[in-house]
Amino acid sequence: MAWTAAVVQIAPQKANVSANLERIGEAILRCAAEGADLVVFPEAALTGYFLEGGVIEVALSCEELGRRLATVAGTLPKPVDVILGYYEARDGLVYNSATHFALEPGSAQPIHTHRKYFLPTYGVFDEERFVARGTEIRAYDSRFGRMATLICEDVWHSITPMIAALKGAQTIVTIAASPARGFQESKPRSLQTYHRILQGMAEEHGVWALLSMLVGFEGGKGFTGGSLVVDPFGEVAGEGPVGEEHILYARIEPEAVLVARQQAPLLADLAGVLEDIIQELQSSEDELCPPR
Amino acid sequence: MPTPIAELPAYQGSVPDPSSSDVLRVDAEALTCWLVLFLRDECIRRRGMDKAIVGVSGGIDSAVTAYLCARAFGPENTFAFFLPYKLSSPESLEHGRMVTDALGCHARTIEITEMVDAYLAKYEIEASPTRIGNLCARWRTAILFDQSAKLRGLPIGTGNKTERLFGYFTWHADDAPPINPLGDLFKTQVRQLAAYLEVPEPIRTKPPTADLVRGQTDEGDLGVAYEVADRILYYLVQGWRAESLVRWGFDARAVEVVRNRVAATHWKRRLPTVAIVSETAIGEFYLRPVDY
Repeated sequence: MAWTAAVVQIAPQKANVSANLERIGEAILRCAAEGADLVVFPEAALTGYFLEGGVIEVALSCEELGRRLATVAGTLPKPVDVILGYYEARDGLVYNSATHFALEPGSAQPIHTHRKYFLPTYGVFDEERFVARGTEIRAYDSRFGRMATLICEDVWHSITPMIAALKGAQTIVTIAASPARGFQESKPRSLQTYHRILQGMAEEHGVWALLSMLVGFEGGKGFTGGSLVVDPFGEVAGEGPVGEEHILYARIEPEAVLVARQQAPLLADLAGVLEDIIQELQSSEDELCPPR
Repeated sequence: MPTPIAELPAYQGSVPDPSSSDVLRVDAEALTCWLVLFLRDECIRRRGMDKAIVGVSGGIDSAVTAYLCARAFGPENTFAFFLPYKLSSPESLEHGRMVTDALGCHARTIEITEMVDAYLAKYEIEASPTRIGNLCARWRTAILFDQSAKLRGLPIGTGNKTERLFGYFTWHADDAPPINPLGDLFKTQVRQLAAYLEVPEPIRTKPPTADLVRGQTDEGDLGVAYEVADRILYYLVQGWRAESLVRWGFDARAVEVVRNRVAATHWKRRLPTVAIVSETAIGEFYLRPVDY
């Protein structure tokens, strides 16, 4: 059955969890009232992205976040799912996480948490210094079918969405906080790269690809916005504006996955040779660059 | 008959071209929108201030900054200050007025001659032009910050990336304003913005000068033209080796001048060096972003 995604791009107040949760709650209520079934918020939407050592002061457990979400979204007219990026405190560590919650009036049940697998630690980025790396790439079942959630640099490595697709994901939701770089053209170069990646991922694996992007400036670094929805043929189904807060609605037709994969059975082809690929990688460990 | 191999058209892939400024090209419209978003976000959303304080020298950088501020906050909230010293060229004041007349923003002249000369006449009658230039720059900064307190507006920096990389500014003076829209733009990119913003032509075409001594020009001081310097800087700050630039055809002397200027001034782009004696040294161990 077709469903509606709301991809939200917002500018959080730095490290102000309560104020941000209140706005997130308002956005959930508005999107639900306007027919959304899934509302997606960007990476670090709860606090802002660049926190350095401040992550330990604002990190929340998934359970605590669920309790607070249930409160702010207490007057929901109908069940709605939410994917939200935040710094997560768990088992004495802090992660850059995305949790998929199933919200009903008065409750927010976490159904999956993805912890960022690739932590950018170069140039303007310093993540691995402050947060722990996630160790799993999973697909999971939801009321929208099998999905996966990824964060930012996770999708810059084509192997990550590939694993998610091989594990059965038909919708891949990516949340990101990408500082704009490169103004040679009307769209920042860093955002163009994201759009290329999303279209490539969707077309290669025959998946719906959703991208929710942070906006606002943090210490001169401006997040791009430009959220995106791409259909399983690789065509852009909707795009948010650059640099401004916005809600992007998209109607998701799951049958498109079937049709796209019938037309271009690349994922099935890949699955068919997967064992050979694994064997090839294992047998050439000495030749890997950089060596392991 | 197939076409003989010798006659096949061949494509020459692009290689760095020392005579071209293409790599420095910007989409001035998109960049202007982005910088206006930056100014609004940093001043209004983050600091709750909607007025800008700009020292207008009559040069292209401060002119572009004033134009951006007028777009971001409106001319009624843009406060331009002319701060001439007795050695400043009358043309500079005239060009400054062209900017404020075109924008219709606030304009005020505060002569700094008496305050600078009071110190020089009483204590340092033999001061060199460089020292006088630095004194003037520091007085101007003191005045702009005082006007900031009076008007509840934010001083806006005007230094460009080329000057910053060359250390061609007075430390803790020109670089002191808390935000700067031009600091990541090379001089030649500021010129592109100036053309798009329709900054008056005499300001755009005159030789840049720090206006300390009659006839002095930036390019004379620096020993290399901005257009050449920017092309060299573009590659050097990415990590390309100076030898590679020379191999591509860049002038060896110009590359050397540029590299030495950057190498000698890293300290000017940092805060003062503090003796570290604890595990909580600010900015070394205790790490919080500027907007935390």
